[in-house]
Formats: sequence, structure tokens, C-alpha cells
Amino acid sequence: MSKLKYRLILIALLTVASVAALIPRDVTVKRRDAEGVLREVTEKRVPLKRGLDLQGGMYLALEVDNSKQAVADKSEAIDRAIKTVRNRIEGFGVSEAIVQKSGDDRIEVLLPGVTDQERATSVVREQAFLKFQIVDKTQALERVLPRLDAIVRQRNLAADRPAAAAPRPAAATKGLQGLLTGADSAADTARVASADSVVPGTGAFSSAIQQGGMVGEYFVREADVPMVTRFLEDSAVRSALPPAKEVHWGSDSTVMAGARYRPLYVVDARPIITGDYLTDARPNTSPLEGTIVQFQLNNVGGRRFGNETAKHIGDYMAIVLDNRVMGRPPVIQGRITTNGQITMAGRDLAAAQDLALVLRAGALPVPLMVAEVRSIGPSLGQDSIRKGVRAGLLGLAMVVIIMIAYYRLSGVLSVLGLAFYALTTLAALALFDATLTLPGIAGFILSIGMAVDANFLQFERIREELDRGKTVRTAIDEGFKNSLSAIVDSHVTTALTGAVLYQYGTGPVQGFAVTLVVGVVSSMLSAVFVVRTFFMLWLTRSRGTATLSI
Amino acid sequence: MLRILHNTQIDFIGRWRQVAVVIASLLLPAVVWIVVSSARGGLSESFKLGIEFTGGTVVQYDFPVPPSIERVRNTVTAAGFAGAEVQTFGAPNQILVRAQEHEEQAIGGAESAAQVITAALRGEFADNLPAVSRTDAIGPRVGAELRRNAIIAMLISFAVTLLYLAWRFDARLALAAVFANVHDIIATFAFIKYAQIELSLFVVGGILTVIGYSLNDKVVVFDRVRELLRQRARRPLRDTLNLAINQTLPRTVLTGTTVIACLLSVIFLGGEVLRPFALVLLFGIVIGTFSSIFVASPLLLLIEKKWPRQDGETKGMSRALAEERKRERADPVTTR
Repeated sequence: MSKLKYRLILIALLTVASVAALIPRDVTVKRRDAEGVLREVTEKRVPLKRGLDLQGGMYLALEVDNSKQAVADKSEAIDRAIKTVRNRIEGFGVSEAIVQKSGDDRIEVLLPGVTDQERATSVVREQAFLKFQIVDKTQALERVLPRLDAIVRQRNLAADRPAAAAPRPAAATKGLQGLLTGADSAADTARVASADSVVPGTGAFSSAIQQGGMVGEYFVREADVPMVTRFLEDSAVRSALPPAKEVHWGSDSTVMAGARYRPLYVVDARPIITGDYLTDARPNTSPLEGTIVQFQLNNVGGRRFGNETAKHIGDYMAIVLDNRVMGRPPVIQGRITTNGQITMAGRDLAAAQDLALVLRAGALPVPLMVAEVRSIGPSLGQDSIRKGVRAGLLGLAMVVIIMIAYYRLSGVLSVLGLAFYALTTLAALALFDATLTLPGIAGFILSIGMAVDANFLQFERIREELDRGKTVRTAIDEGFKNSLSAIVDSHVTTALTGAVLYQYGTGPVQGFAVTLVVGVVSSMLSAVFVVRTFFMLWLTRSRGTATLSI
Repeated sequence: MLRILHNTQIDFIGRWRQVAVVIASLLLPAVVWIVVSSARGGLSESFKLGIEFTGGTVVQYDFPVPPSIERVRNTVTAAGFAGAEVQTFGAPNQILVRAQEHEEQAIGGAESAAQVITAALRGEFADNLPAVSRTDAIGPRVGAELRRNAIIAMLISFAVTLLYLAWRFDARLALAAVFANVHDIIATFAFIKYAQIELSLFVVGGILTVIGYSLNDKVVVFDRVRELLRQRARRPLRDTLNLAINQTLPRTVLTGTTVIACLLSVIFLGGEVLRPFALVLLFGIVIGTFSSIFVASPLLLLIEKKWPRQDGETKGMSRALAEERKRERADPVTTR
């Protein structure tokens, strides 16, 4: 009797604890309202952590990009990069965001509630290596063009060049240059003319590029950009480029005479200053230049910048972010010290906000690339939850009907055990802070069907014992005892599979594995302990009963 | 007392020949089909692999009004994704676009495939502006890694369960169970192939669950075999196996019913994403139950007869085998 009392107390305690763990409570979350302002919102929710596939959000996996430069120690590089990524995500203002290292060479970023994929990826992956470089004024590229053409021909790099972009009438080129240089000084036009005589227009390289509005600026038709990029990536071409110079694409293309062109700049390789000295960056709008990002340098940087700009008055200064020239390089009109600005050439304020953010958070020590993106809108997640709950309720209802129709009173006891099972499983998920995913919901529904397996084993065994003419009490005892080994073995094999699935699965599948393993433990507890206790209770209540409703 | 399949005395073992013919005629074509197409173009030729394994981009769009699939397809093709698949997903206004391309987005690199497709569709359907409800983009390297992990996971779960069963029962029972399990896996893959289900990470999770469930089922039958052997009755091994199957038959059918009931409710109410997974599980669970009866048990008889154990006496197996030989001599036709 006393043994039964302790069992009942234990079950009551477990039930109360489970309910307590699942009571909806106030949670404060940061959320962007309709105007994009971050606010703290308090809401009541069941303390079950929902995965990104249920609440909507984005998952990003970043890896070191060693296509441009070899990275010796990836793991160490990731450790350094993760701090910067974390700073940026904090600035981006996502509550409950997670930035973590996964394996040796990967950063995982989880952004609940974020669905603007473009913005989030660019904030995370931008290396944000800022430098200021003087645009080349020595026509260094023109001097090596014949050699570049020869290399391109020799190495057959222009093999699949589109025919439409082949020889272009000289008049059209002239007209285009007139368009470009119209606003500039006569000296510039003269230089363009002299440059024109240098560009023979025969080789694949030189006919793809055209002199721009300033020395060191060239234009490439948008259709030719992939080809020229390929040229520039070729090792022989790279070694033939002018020494102590760098070639960078411009960030924005322009439309001239009905065609899209992308600017290409030749700049001095030595930057006059880098973003290392930057202390602050703020987005702004100015009536003249549109959207801008204003930045501040520290004193050391300001002094250096001042000296360098004083030396280069009248030159063009390219603002290079991640090897792309931002906007058109402005002319240096005087000494610039601690304050400067980057014009955003027609981009919106959000783009300026993001650029300011990545500049403030600092440059990434290594370039990163996006290896995996998963993003799910919030309505789809809610839809999944609704469908999952509906399927679960139907499945549960069918199991309850089968149990009670087939086993009568014993079926009712088993359904009580099933309720205990469902409750403790959910509570365990909440307590372990496990994340409930859509596959997890599927796993939970499946486990409802499997949880009663133990009861079938027990009840069928009890029936067999009764068939052998045993008394109700002995049949129950023997039935539970003799079915135990099969129950333990079958649960252990399922748990082992679940553990393997957890170890080698990723994301959502891990969520499934967690519910499976937690479910197996609860199901054992429910069948072997709770349902058994209910039977013991029934036995004491109906002393001397000769029949069992099973 | 409501009872199904009570005191059945079906000779399951005696029918192993017919069953073997049925299994072979169903599975062999599928196996040949899979092997031939794999030899021609690798795994992606024989199965419709999910983008988790191949790398690629899937975008799900929510259109206010159901669009013309043909027009969506043309737009996607014009945007430079000629091989992309376009289909509805659950509802006519839900459009799924799947492209094999995934450019690993390096710093300042090209726009992602998803962004290009979205921009093209927004341009084309300006009066029926689609919202992006889901994007999955996976790089080829991650894909290769996930593929490797999925295969490792299957092999390890085999090894782990084999060891557990060998420890809890013995090596012969474990071997029979795991062989039957291999049969289940092949049959499930054949089903995936016949039904043209996409082999995604999630479906692989389903296959692993089938492994667990199927072993579970074999454990229950073999547990009863072990118990019957301990009685040391004058019973040939084949009768012991038949008795064990018949005695556990009500449980087998009942558990199958509740699990299938749950799976059916997921198939009908759980939504598009869960359906392939639930279908694979449904099939796998039926086949796993079938193989406990018709594959694992005859296999055990075969193994015990071919390689009689040394410690058979302790588990009542020697007696059962001696009876089995007696029966074979008395009745050589039915015991073949």
C-alpha cells in the first residue's frame, strides 16, 4: 500500500512539474515595428523554443573564402571573424540572434524573425575592408595594353567572346567619349584623344575597354564584364599589369547611349589610409549628393590622412571598399583630416545604414562566403504549426479511439499514460531548452503512435496470462514482468538510432532526433511505471474482482 | 473482450519460398534500375536528390493570385536558369522554383540565384507581386558534406544496433535481424525510386527511423523466440518461430495500426513539407513489419541450421534443432 502511495506522489509531482514548465509566461522580445524601429515587446508564450522553420527567420552558414587568397589556418581565422560578425549582428538589431562556430571552418548565424535575405547576407558577408587609393595618372595601363592583348591571344582567353561585342565602329566610340568627357576640361579631352591613339582596338583586351572621363578610369560594357574579369584573374595577365598599381571595378554601372557600362579603375597599390583608423561612421542624406556615410578617423589616422591628401591636391581619390571603388572618385580639393564621407550614388538610406554598420563593426580579417542560406517567412511557419497541431490532434484522437475500443478500462488507463507521456515529453523539451522544429513535430506525432506499443505488449501479455487461467492479480504482475525485456530492447534500439541521427543530422533533422530520444525515455517511464501504477491502484480499489476489463 | 488474430496458427515459415519469389520479383527490377542508372550518372541520376545533397537553390513564392506556371517557367528561363524546375506546392498560388545553381557568394560577388530569380519574377508579375515565403540555398561543398554524413549515419546506426542486439541476444539473431533490415532499406529505396520521391535530408531521417522501427519489431518477435526456447519443449525450431510470430501477431498489427493512423493524419493534414517523409515512413513501417515475419524468421532458421551453435544447449536451441532434423526426416516435402 505505502509503495503505491509513493508511486502516486511521484507521478503527481512529475505532472505538476511538467505543467509548471509549460505554463505560458511573459517574454520580452526586441522586434521591429512597421516603421523599422526596434522596440521591446512583452508577450505571453509557451516556453517552447521554436525553430526558425516554425517562427520564420534566416539561417546562414559562412565559410572562409580562399578563392582569392590562401588562408593557412581556417579555424583561427574563423575565430577572429566570428567577433566581427557578432558585432555586426548586434548592430543589426535582431533579438535572440545566434552567432556560433560550427565544426572547424564554419560560422552559423541564426536570425529569428529576419526575412530580408538580401540585407542580412550583405551585412554579414561584407568584408568591409576600407582603403583610400589615389587614381593612377600615369596611363600605366595603356602602356601595357599591347602586351595584355598578346597574352590574351596567346592563352586564348577570349575564346567564347560574344560576337556582338567584337569590333566597334570608331565613330561610336568617339561619340561615347564625347558624352563622358563633355563636362570635363579641355586638357582631359586632349588626354583622352592621346589615349585613344594608344588603344589600338584590335586585341580582345583593349577593344573591351574604353577610356573614361578621367585618366585611370575605363568603361566596360556590362556584357563584357565577365570576360574582362576572367582576363584580370588570369595569372599571366596579372603579372603583366603595371607594377605598384591595382585594378578595381566600380560599384555601380552607368547607362550611356542606351548601353550599360561598368567603370574600371587603375589605382596606386599603396593606400594612403585604411579603415583601421576609423572610429565612427554614420549614415546621412545631403541635398547635393544624396545618401552619404560620414566617417571619423582617430587622431593618428587624421594626421596621416591630412599629410597624404595635402600631397595629392588635384588628384582623384578612390574610396575602395572590399576591392570595389565606391561611387566616382572625387577630386581632392584640399587637406582632409579626421572627417570624411562616402557618397552612395543613388542608394537608399538602408544601404547607407548597413555600410555605416559594417564600417563601425570593423573589417573581417578574412573574406567569407555564404555556403548555405535558409530563410522562412513567418506566415509559412505559423501555417506549419497549425497543420502540425491539426495532424497531431487527429492522430491522437485515432489512437485514443483504438485503445479504448479495444481494451475498454485498460485502454482508458493506457490513454491516461499517453497523456502523461505527451505532457512530460513537451516539458522535457522546454526544460532542456530544445528547439522544436517542423520535423520535431512530425517526430512527436509519430511517437504518439509508437508510445502505445509498450501498452500493447503489456496488455496482450496480460491476456495470455489470463488465458492460462491465472488470477487477475497474477496475470497483471506476470504480464508487466514478462513484457519488460521486449519493451526495454525495442526502446533502446530506437534511442540508439535517434542518437546517431542527432550526431550526424543537421538543423531540422536534429530537432526530429531530439524529440525522438526524449519521447523514448518518457514512453518507457509512462508504460513501465505510470500505467503499472494505475493498474495497482485499480487492483486495490476493486479487491477480489474476478474479471479485468482488458 | 474484443480480440483480433487470437490464437492464430498460420505457418509463416513454410511459405518462405513463395514470399521469396514475390520479394525478388518486386525488388530485383528496382535494384537493377537503381544500379544501372547509378552506373550511368552517379547517385543523382538514379534518385531525385534534394538540394541539400546536390547544392542548389529552392525558392517558394506566395502569389496573391495563382499565376500561369508556363509564364513563371519562361521568366525563370529568361533570367538565365534554363534547367530550373517550376511547380505548384500545395496550393495553386504557391510556386516552388528549384535551380541547381548556387553561386557561393563571395565578398562583393555576384547576386545569389535566389535574388536574380526573385527580381525577374517581380518584374514580370508586377500586378501579381509574389512574396518569398521560403528560400533554401546550399553550396556544393555543404551538399557533399551532408551526403557523406547521411551515408555515415546509416552505416553507424546499422553497426550500433547490430552490436546491441548481439550483446542482448546473440550474434545469430542479430545477424538475421540486420539482414532483414537491409531488405527493408532496399525496399524503401525501391519505393522512393518507384514513387519518384525526392531524396532529401528529411527523407533520409525517415529511412533511419524506419531502421529503428523495423529492428524494434524484430526484437519483439525474437524476444518471444528466446522465451519459447527456454521452455525446452519438444518443438522443432520452425514451429517455435511460427508460434512466436503467431503469439506476437496481435501486438504487431495493433502497433502497426496506431502508427499508421498517426502517419496518415500527417499525410493528409500535416502539409506539403512533411508529406514525402510521412509516405516513406508509412511504406517503411509496413515493410519492416512484413520482414520481421517473412524475412527475419526464415533467415534465422537458415542460419541456425547452417551454422549450429556450440552453446546451443544453454538456450534450448540444440533441442529445437534436433527436433527440427527429426521433422525433416519424417516430412521431407513440407520442410524443404
